[in-house]
Amino acid sequence: MKFLRMKPGHGEVLIAEGDVELREDEQRLVEEFRRQLDAGMWAAVPLDGEGRRTAQLARTFAEVPRDAERVIFFPRAAGGR
Amino acid sequence: MLLALAATALVVVALLWEAATPRVTEALERRRARRQIVSAPDYDPGRERRAEARARQLLKSCVNDEEWAMYRDLGFVRVWGMQAERPGGHDAASGTPYAYLIYPHKPILAYLPQTGRLLNEYCVAFPDQTRPYGSARLPDSDDVLAKWMALTGDERRLIATANLHLPGRQLDPRQVKRDLWRLRQWERERARGESREGEPRQAPAGQ
Repeated sequence: MKFLRMKPGHGEVLIAEGDVELREDEQRLVEEFRRQLDAGMWAAVPLDGEGRRTAQLARTFAEVPRDAERVIFFPRAAGGR
Repeated sequence: MLLALAATALVVVALLWEAATPRVTEALERRRARRQIVSAPDYDPGRERRAEARARQLLKSCVNDEEWAMYRDLGFVRVWGMQAERPGGHDAASGTPYAYLIYPHKPILAYLPQTGRLLNEYCVAFPDQTRPYGSARLPDSDDVLAKWMALTGDERRLIATANLHLPGRQLDPRQVKRDLWRLRQWERERARGESREGEPRQAPAGQ
């Protein structure tokens, strides 16, 4: 599983990578997930459907599907002008 | 007499010095400030272009082929509304299919595809307050992807976060109508292309 973060002036950045089946990796991913959400990010998992693609927003690491290849972090939405 | 004049001159010079010192100091400081080099993150067009190219690849990998082609060709993405009742819809048209147009760094526009009626503008932004290169603004395609993920992932949450406005506040309704017309043409052309691909090819005459 890869954690990507959108970044102004750069595009996405790989911030963490690991195998959720390995306990150490999973722990590291959980901590990074929390850190990103605490920093004001939203987390989304792109999903493949039949013809239609969607995303799933995850508020905790437990909500991320175990087989997800990547989680994309992006700044939390705010009401614009 | 001479002594008195000298003493008077000294007093006058001292008084003038007292009065002029703050002005002189201020002028010197102002001059120094003007000459000082202010360190600000430089705008690098190459970096912005690379960022946008990376963001386009990420967007392409997340949305489906039709949505990607739509963004590439038309500059916006249409996302179908998923709520049983469209947001803010309590009139006769309530319950009809609705959709959103996502433009980069512009409000999300809700409309009725059947009639082309524009419903609302949802002003939403994704500012990155860490400002890694001095700006909180994501690349265009990242902004589109963030809106797309938020809409398809949790439409209600995004709509509740956005500031609601009537159509025409930021997006020119005439431009949007033109975009909807372009979208219809584009879809027609695409459908024609797909049906041509599906047809069995005719053998050339004489064979």
